[in-house]
Amino acid sequence: MIDITKNVDDGVLVLGVVGDVDASSSIELDNAIKEALEEGSQKIIVNCKNLSYISSAGLGVFMSYIQELESKNVKMVICHLNEKVEGVFQILGLDQLLKIVSSEDEAKKIINEL
Amino acid sequence: MKISAKNIIRFSLATAILSWLAFVFADLNLLFGSLRNVKVGIPDELPNLSMDLFIVALFFYYRSRTYRVENINFIDMLWRVFATGLLATVASLVIKFIFIAWGNTKLAQNTFVINLSYHINFGLIAAFLISTFIVWKRLILYQKSKLLLNGWQVFEYIFLITLVLDLVYPDLDSGINVVLLVILILMGLIFSVNLKWVAYLNFRQKWKSILLILLVLLYLGYFIQNLWRFAANNPLTTDILQNTFFIALLTFVFLYALFSLLVILFNLPTSSVFEQKLEEVLNFQRLSQSIQTEKSEDQVYEILLQSACSTVFADAGWIEIIQNGDSHYQSKNIDETEIGQVKELISSGKVKGILDTDTDRSLKSSTQQNVLKGTKFKSIIAYPILVQGQQTGTLALLKEISDGFNKEMTDITRTFVNQAGISIENFRLLSEALENERYKEELKIAKEVQKSLLPTDLAANDDFDLSAFSEAADEVGGDYYDALRVDEDRIALMIGDVSGKGTSAAFHMSQMKGIFSSLAQMGMGPKEFLIHANTALSTSLEKASFITASYFLISQKNKTVEFSRAGHCPTLYYNAKDKKSVFYEDKGLGLGILRNTNFEQYVEVRTLQYKPGDILVLYTDGITEAKNGKRDEFGYEKMQEILEANAELGAEEIKQLIMDDLYSFCGQEFVDDDYTMVIVKFK
Repeated sequence: MIDITKNVDDGVLVLGVVGDVDASSSIELDNAIKEALEEGSQKIIVNCKNLSYISSAGLGVFMSYIQELESKNVKMVICHLNEKVEGVFQILGLDQLLKIVSSEDEAKKIINEL
Repeated sequence: MKISAKNIIRFSLATAILSWLAFVFADLNLLFGSLRNVKVGIPDELPNLSMDLFIVALFFYYRSRTYRVENINFIDMLWRVFATGLLATVASLVIKFIFIAWGNTKLAQNTFVINLSYHINFGLIAAFLISTFIVWKRLILYQKSKLLLNGWQVFEYIFLITLVLDLVYPDLDSGINVVLLVILILMGLIFSVNLKWVAYLNFRQKWKSILLILLVLLYLGYFIQNLWRFAANNPLTTDILQNTFFIALLTFVFLYALFSLLVILFNLPTSSVFEQKLEEVLNFQRLSQSIQTEKSEDQVYEILLQSACSTVFADAGWIEIIQNGDSHYQSKNIDETEIGQVKELISSGKVKGILDTDTDRSLKSSTQQNVLKGTKFKSIIAYPILVQGQQTGTLALLKEISDGFNKEMTDITRTFVNQAGISIENFRLLSEALENERYKEELKIAKEVQKSLLPTDLAANDDFDLSAFSEAADEVGGDYYDALRVDEDRIALMIGDVSGKGTSAAFHMSQMKGIFSSLAQMGMGPKEFLIHANTALSTSLEKASFITASYFLISQKNKTVEFSRAGHCPTLYYNAKDKKSVFYEDKGLGLGILRNTNFEQYVEVRTLQYKPGDILVLYTDGITEAKNGKRDEFGYEKMQEILEANAELGAEEIKQLIMDDLYSFCGQEFVDDDYTMVIVKFK
């Protein structure tokens, strides 16, 4: 079960992911990102402060948007990954393709520079 | 020794006939003696004694005969009483006719002839009374209780006592005979109210019974009158109308016949109710058994409609069946245009929502009665048919009379509808179970097929031993490993893990197998292999799917392992010389993540020199991420520790140790992720 919160702050859409992202709940994450892109958000921050576990299906959601973000020139920054989750991102190599920072403030700073 | 029923019948019949003959012979002899005043040398008690024997033998004869009929058929029993009576009456009429024919001849005046014909009459009447007595007994004891059974036994014994006492006190007026007679008649009256069998007769059977019993009463009257006339007009040696036993028997047989007749007569008007109740029970049974015998839901609806219509005497009815948003009708004595008219009337009239499929009202107040103006029907009831809380149809019953459905009818219809709902629910559950069973079988096959995709012969060679383990959480999984000899020098080895689990992962896993089989034999280096694999998978993988993989090319000539990691778990390598192991976390990116040429920027190749005793451990994240009850992960360190502590052992043993440890860590046999491990030990 996950819960996704939405906040728009200074033109930046902040998605807060709360809970575990597994095969079934990854659909909600997918919908949230799809919606954000459809609404035309240009800057998206995914705050994973309360994300405790992510399965390969969850990683698949992030991965599947990499090329679309690039082609639409949408900036996305992921922040607040816990150690374990960050390790999962690193092993898969996603940290090379997605901007990952430690805090939301940092993410806001960096998203305007990208 | 047990005497068979057949023998009892034969024996008792023979005894009855012989004792009757003895009775006649003795009686006539005594008559002769008294007329001529000679001693005939026959004791005075002999006639009565043989008569008693005759009666007892008759009792046993009829009792054995009746008991042979296992399944009780009331009409058959009454018919038998009637037939016996008819036989006796015809025989006695024949005798009477002969006497009339003889007229005033001497023969007709002869005391012997008169007494003989009286004895024949007596024999016939006795047979009729005893056989009827036995049938009455069966009817009275149809639904017996212990008390009733004991009471009846006492009744029979008193009859026997009366019979025996008659030898000692032949006088009807003697005190003891009067007492016994009163007791027997009172008991007979009490037993005569046991008429439960009447309730089980249907209307036709009741009429038949009335007719048969009336005839039986008629015989009785005729017999009594006949005996009485004999006694009044002629000097008789033995007058059985002076016999206590006979009077009691006659009275009882007569009383029970009379009671039966009256009760059946009074039950005639209500018998249709009883029949209807019986019909309801049978219909109900049909409905509840339809699940076993019928082949489709439509047939359950069919039975419901027929049963409901016939039970409440509806003139017409229909069932609207709702399936996948569409609805169709099953109807009886009404066509769809009429159904449309009735529904139209209801929806436009005051009673709204009656056949509305989704309003709460129709579900709660399920019975609705209304006068339907404009059609021939004057009353209607309708019920929703619910299966697992969902309405699957509506049953509507119509009558051409107003207020045609009473409470009983609405109650039974509701019961029928509920039972039909349960039948359909069971039916669906059964088909679902069968369907699931089929899917399970399919998955079992898929599992076998997938097993065959994993190698059994792991490229055996002189330089290293190889041992592998793989298990899926579901029937099929997304883990993959393979080994292939490229040429005399080189062996290709890979491990892969498809994102997600289950069937979709299994399909991608088989794609990976195809890619490995075709690319590895070309002797590609790890980087080249992964780039080609990524290109191949880019067009075939689902949008959000990817595969992590590690590819190894081992050269026996150069003693080198050349490998690359495509987002897969870091390879664990044990160095025998340092007695230390290390995870190689080189740069890498999962296959299918970047579906363009940029992928090659993310592939790194590492080459190691292997020495004897070195160990290569390949695994999937199912192992490192396996959790115990406290949600702790099995982790990297644990695997590393076991490896370092047991590095002296062979590949197979090390693999087994790690897997054992993993299972005991998780504390259950249940696997919730795909586990795969390959161990290569260099020699």
